[in-house]
Amino acid sequence: MGHPAFSVSHREQVAPMSFVFYLLAALTLAGALAAVLLKNTVHCALALTVAFAGLALLYLELDAQFAGFAQILVYIGAVAILIVFAILLTKGSETPKDGVYSKNWLTGLAIAAGVFAVLGWAVLERARVLPGPGGTPTAAPAVTVLQIGNALMGRYVLPLEIVALLLTAALIGAVIVAMHEKEETK
Amino acid sequence: MLMQSDLLTLSSLSLPMPPQAWIVRWLWLIPALPILASGIISLLKQPQRKLSAGLAIGSLSFSFLLSFSAFAHTMGERALLLYFGFNPMAHDVVNITWFQAGATNVDLGWVLDPLSAVMLVMVSFVGLLIFIYSVGYMERDENFTRFFCFMSLFAGAMLGVVIANSLLLLFMCWELVGLTSYLLIGFWYQRPSAAAAAKKAFLTTRVGDVLFLLGIVWLFAQTGTLLFYKGGAGSLEPSALTALLAQHAGLGLSAATAIGLLIFCGAAGKSGQFPLHVWLPDAMEGPTPVSALIHAATMVAAGVYLIARVYPLMAAGAHAGGSTAALTVVTWVGAFTAVFAALVAVAQNDIKRILAYSTISQLGYMMAGLGMGGVAVGMFHLITHAFFKALLFLGAGSVIHGCHEEQDVRRMGGLRSDMPLTFVTYAIGMLALCGFPLLFSGFWSKDGILEAAKHWSVAKTPFYMLVFGALLTAFYMTRQVAYVFFGARRGNEPAHESPRVMTAPLAILAFFAMALGLIGTPAWPWFRAFLEGRAASFDLHGFAEPGLFTLMGTSTLVVFVGLGLGWWLYGDKSPAPEQPDALEKVAPLPWGWLCDRLYVDELYGLTVIAFYGWWARVADWLDRRVWGGAVAGVAGAFGGWARFNRFLDTNWVDGGFDKGCEELASGGGLLSRVQNGRVQTYLRILAAAVVGLVAILIWSSRP
Amino acid sequence: MTPLTGYLLVAALLFSIGLAGALTRRNAILVLIGIELMLNAANLNLIAFWRYGPHPEALTGMMFAIFSIAVAAAEAAVGLGLVIQIHRHAHTTDLDRMNRMRG
Repeated sequence: MGHPAFSVSHREQVAPMSFVFYLLAALTLAGALAAVLLKNTVHCALALTVAFAGLALLYLELDAQFAGFAQILVYIGAVAILIVFAILLTKGSETPKDGVYSKNWLTGLAIAAGVFAVLGWAVLERARVLPGPGGTPTAAPAVTVLQIGNALMGRYVLPLEIVALLLTAALIGAVIVAMHEKEETK
Repeated sequence: MLMQSDLLTLSSLSLPMPPQAWIVRWLWLIPALPILASGIISLLKQPQRKLSAGLAIGSLSFSFLLSFSAFAHTMGERALLLYFGFNPMAHDVVNITWFQAGATNVDLGWVLDPLSAVMLVMVSFVGLLIFIYSVGYMERDENFTRFFCFMSLFAGAMLGVVIANSLLLLFMCWELVGLTSYLLIGFWYQRPSAAAAAKKAFLTTRVGDVLFLLGIVWLFAQTGTLLFYKGGAGSLEPSALTALLAQHAGLGLSAATAIGLLIFCGAAGKSGQFPLHVWLPDAMEGPTPVSALIHAATMVAAGVYLIARVYPLMAAGAHAGGSTAALTVVTWVGAFTAVFAALVAVAQNDIKRILAYSTISQLGYMMAGLGMGGVAVGMFHLITHAFFKALLFLGAGSVIHGCHEEQDVRRMGGLRSDMPLTFVTYAIGMLALCGFPLLFSGFWSKDGILEAAKHWSVAKTPFYMLVFGALLTAFYMTRQVAYVFFGARRGNEPAHESPRVMTAPLAILAFFAMALGLIGTPAWPWFRAFLEGRAASFDLHGFAEPGLFTLMGTSTLVVFVGLGLGWWLYGDKSPAPEQPDALEKVAPLPWGWLCDRLYVDELYGLTVIAFYGWWARVADWLDRRVWGGAVAGVAGAFGGWARFNRFLDTNWVDGGFDKGCEELASGGGLLSRVQNGRVQTYLRILAAAVVGLVAILIWSSRP
Repeated sequence: MTPLTGYLLVAALLFSIGLAGALTRRNAILVLIGIELMLNAANLNLIAFWRYGPHPEALTGMMFAIFSIAVAAAEAAVGLGLVIQIHRHAHTTDLDRMNRMRG
């Protein structure tokens, strides 16, 4: 994981695409590619972690500090670890005999390429009407945790509660799903 | 001597016609009654002897009475016409249209004229006598009823031939006569020789009948009518005859001659002329009354009668004193047959076969007489022959009956004392046949023929042939009588005389064999006058014809020479059956030929029958291979077509349907692969769908 | 190219990569990894739009992204639990072999 090279306050004269952005983007994409392409599953999980880190840095670059740190905490700290545990529990470290890709991987690749083509096309097609000035840098929003806390408790209290419920359900569900059934004969 | 070529019928004269006599209208009863009796007998249960014999004899006697009235009527009519000075050549006809086929009428009809009148009387009278004789002869036979049924049918058919005025009726009755002859020859059908003889008779006469049919069909086609006499429009009347003469039929013959020759072929078959004579000797397999009635007196005479009936056709175009081609052929065939059969008769040993060949020979005489002398000459011999030949056959039957069914003359002998009545009547018949002068009818009738032969304009050879034939006749009859009645008894058991029911007809026939001569003498040629429609008067100057005495002397001499020769060789000697015949000792080789009947049957066997055997094999091959093959081919083709259709049906129709269903199933199978239970597949499809939908969305919202 | 477009393209690419992984890898866990990548790409999209959108002070984009992260974590937990349980039954995580739901 890398630290951003420039501080936050220097972002007023942002060139359309800054070098930091390219670097972080490259890091993230490399991690993602590695996560998808590597044979060893554990290596994939680790590459995923790199991708997550890259994304966190991208969030930081985008002045979404809370989101960035939340990303690090949750994704890298929980999800990636969870994935590693799962890999270990399912003996995923063993490479299967007949390859890691499914039989007709080319079809999947083609479909994914199609999806990218469409999305890219959509983006480029509407580039001019996208919000955000073409070249006019906007000021970086000053977002404090206090504001986020207020928003959570104020405007977004309902989603918060629901997410809490969801997390509880997910917790219980995961435990039940993954629990050993005692009466089942192995 | 020949019949006048222009005939007048009563109706062509402009006279008020008397209404037709009842006998003419009811003439059809004469053949109908015996046929009806035959039908009734055939429906009876078998052993009804008295009833069947009674029906047969009763119906025939009734027919005889009717025939006699017809005869009387004709005589009366003659007298009437002669009295009025007309030419009494009337033919009383009754014609009935049976049906119409398109534009042609199919007619039946009967005719009463002198020719048919004398024939009716002869047939019914002789038939009646033979029926009475059969009651005694067939007494021990178990098929008595069947015998009388067939005999009655025959009598009716023969009488039908006699009165027929229509070609169709004539042919129908002709064929019926042939059928009953077949049935009666093969009466004892369990005997293979009898069955074979019946078949041979039928087939041989068939050959003649086919040509006969051709002739009458041609005649019908040419003249347009089936009737002989039809008030001027019949086929034997002058207008039709001149038309026939004018028509040419190829080979330089006129239609009249050609038709006449074809009709003669039929007569030759029925009357046993050479070469169609081979069936007559074999026909002796039938019971003796059958031989007497059918093969001596009547049926074989039917051929001669037929020629007499169509004589105007045969004689058409002849100049006075001359002859036509048809009549010449008839004469030559008759003369040849007469000599041929007489030669063969010399060497036969079966009593009936000798008489059979004698019949063939005498039929030849009749034909020759018709050809050379005309209707009266031939018919007179026919009438007298009927009586004495029937007498001889019945006498032979009596001999066979008395000798316990022995038929070989070499095993008989000395029957003169055992069977006196039979002997006397037989002797009368034999002398009549030989033509013993003056007392016997045969002499006068044969002399009539010889006289006609002597004056024949075409050639003299038939005369010498017939004279030689007379010599042979006397010779072989003497041989037969000597073997049978004279000498020592050579049989095993003693012979006995026949019962009265058999000997009475013999006596009656013997009387007529002598008496009939009276109506044919030159002094009182009543018979000829009757037939030719002239008045006949008793005139002893008839004997003063030049050459007549010479002729009579010649024939008398010939008869005595034959009798003497026969007596010298055979009289009172009784050689044992194993010893060779007296003549055989003298000339063994000719004897051998004559004994083998001059190999005519063998010739037929080699040629005609062999050909037919080959032809039958060819036809069989054709039938089995070609036609059968064709049928099999058609069946095979149908089978193949059926198989092809099945193939089409199975493979294309069914198969197509099955294939469709298979495709549907496999399509379903293909489609079901979408639901393969694998998550990634579902995901892919989802992603692809998203791609598609988004693309559409973007595309559609472009400005 | 504006920054927003850049971020959007990166997010799109990330999403495609994640999708490709989810579609082509045999291991179920790797499918989940791909799904996490996709979710993250969406988050990036959200944050990018928040940053360069009209009203960043409303915090809409940020909140959305935070909640998304929470939900993603819950979902990852449950999903992995399921994978573990499937592994216990089928003794494999190979998706190619899991076709018992096939029609």
